[in-house]
Amino acid sequence: MKYLLLINTPSPESTGERPADGPTVEEFMAFDKAVSDAGVKLDGNALDISNATTVRVRVDGERVVTDGPFAETREIVGGYYLIDVPDLDAALDWAARCPGARYGTVEVRTVWEPDLS
Amino acid sequence: MNGQRATRSVEAVFREDRSRLLALLAARFGDLDLAEETTSEAIEAALRRWPVDGVPDKPLAWLLTTARRKAIDRIRRDRAYAERLAALQVESDRAAPTVPPEAGFGDIPDERLQLFFTCCHPALSAEARAALTLRFLADLTTSEVARAFLVPTATMAQRIVRAKRKIRTARIPFRVPGPDELPARLPSVLRVVYLVFTEGYAASSGGDLMRPDLAEEAIRLARILHRLLPGEREVTGLLALLLLTDARRAARTDAAGGQVLLEDQDRALWDADLIAEGQRLVVPALTGPGVGPYAVQAAIAALHDEATDFETTDWPQITALYDVLFQIDPSPLIALNRAVAIAMRDGPQAGLPLLDALADTEELRGYHLLPAARADLLRRLGRTTEAAAAYRAALDLASNEPERATLIRRLATLAGR
Repeated sequence: MKYLLLINTPSPESTGERPADGPTVEEFMAFDKAVSDAGVKLDGNALDISNATTVRVRVDGERVVTDGPFAETREIVGGYYLIDVPDLDAALDWAARCPGARYGTVEVRTVWEPDLS
Repeated sequence: MNGQRATRSVEAVFREDRSRLLALLAARFGDLDLAEETTSEAIEAALRRWPVDGVPDKPLAWLLTTARRKAIDRIRRDRAYAERLAALQVESDRAAPTVPPEAGFGDIPDERLQLFFTCCHPALSAEARAALTLRFLADLTTSEVARAFLVPTATMAQRIVRAKRKIRTARIPFRVPGPDELPARLPSVLRVVYLVFTEGYAASSGGDLMRPDLAEEAIRLARILHRLLPGEREVTGLLALLLLTDARRAARTDAAGGQVLLEDQDRALWDADLIAEGQRLVVPALTGPGVGPYAVQAAIAALHDEATDFETTDWPQITALYDVLFQIDPSPLIALNRAVAIAMRDGPQAGLPLLDALADTEELRGYHLLPAARADLLRRLGRTTEAAAAYRAALDLASNEPERATLIRRLATLAGR
């Protein structure tokens, strides 16, 4: 079962800059190694949180491009992992091990599959 | 005659073991919908067959075999279903059945613990956890669960459907957490049972002070948990707490359904058997390092149950236990109860500043028992005008009719002084 771990970090607007006590590169590298070694990582990247651009296409076909994330919130997606594990408990275990969970939040989402019932 | 006996037998098996059968099927197929459907089909088959063929020697095994066969039929018939269940690796399970068809009652494992942990999974909302637990482990119907939470049946049905969909789509597993996870996961299960009990013990609104059916369901759930996890002291503590509290039920209301406070209760009406059972459980729950909140609350309940009257209750010991409880869980609600105990031990003037310190607490805003407790202390101090104002403040917040009546009575006695 595929789960997406969305690593939310405080957005630069709300804190000015990345928190000084945020996760270190070493912590993330250690986590990345653990996810890779366990054979559950399908994909994963850190995102540049200094810029975001939002695109929306209106009903009349007009393309609307705006600066910044769609919704101004206190947190912004700072990275993600796509993992393949048996169930939600396993996904939550990985989410809890992610350094981002100690400084921000990690949202666990499932990849949509047609609901057959 | 024989037919009637068979029907009764089916009903008896299902009152006792419907949740066991459901749990076995859910654990086996990893799918709550299929488990529900085949559980119902197996009952229907039993109702048809048993009056004719006689009740089988091992009813639960018969039902389990029947339900499993129907599940496999369903999977063969319905390709979409089969594909979904293939993802759950049902094929490997089917190749190696965990229960031989001729297995007796005692050989069939009790998988309800798995179902408890699934229904009370922290990834579900608190409302959904309570609803699923009552629906699938207490085996209430959806409309009964709806009544329990005073919501329309359609609302509750939707809540249950949504929760089941999350279990399915996010794949919340049917498993008992390992020993390392249990300390983090068990409180969520115990909390659901506790909340069902408190809703039954002091209905949050409506005309009845108590809804004893819910309190009984909670005790039944706590007994199942205790049987499945006999070594978990907080499970023991919770069961003890519920028994020691429920023991006072008959004395809590008067003939007209009005509320009788602890200090005015006829202690002869308390259930001595429940008290004795609770007392036996408190000891192991309290013994050992790292005592938990339910065990401490059970010990407090036991001290009340052992007292011959309100005044001679062991208030120093109760205060000490509230100190312990406050250390475990420094919540305003426990601070409120501790203040009341201190007022009983040292006099109302000792409790009043402690209550006043809680006045601005966010969690207690809107909670009628804070001004009510304050009013009681002011009354005992003879500060009648302030007491009346506090009773009125409590009345503004209370929504349970018998509780309101108690406050109105108190207010009336003030006027007579």
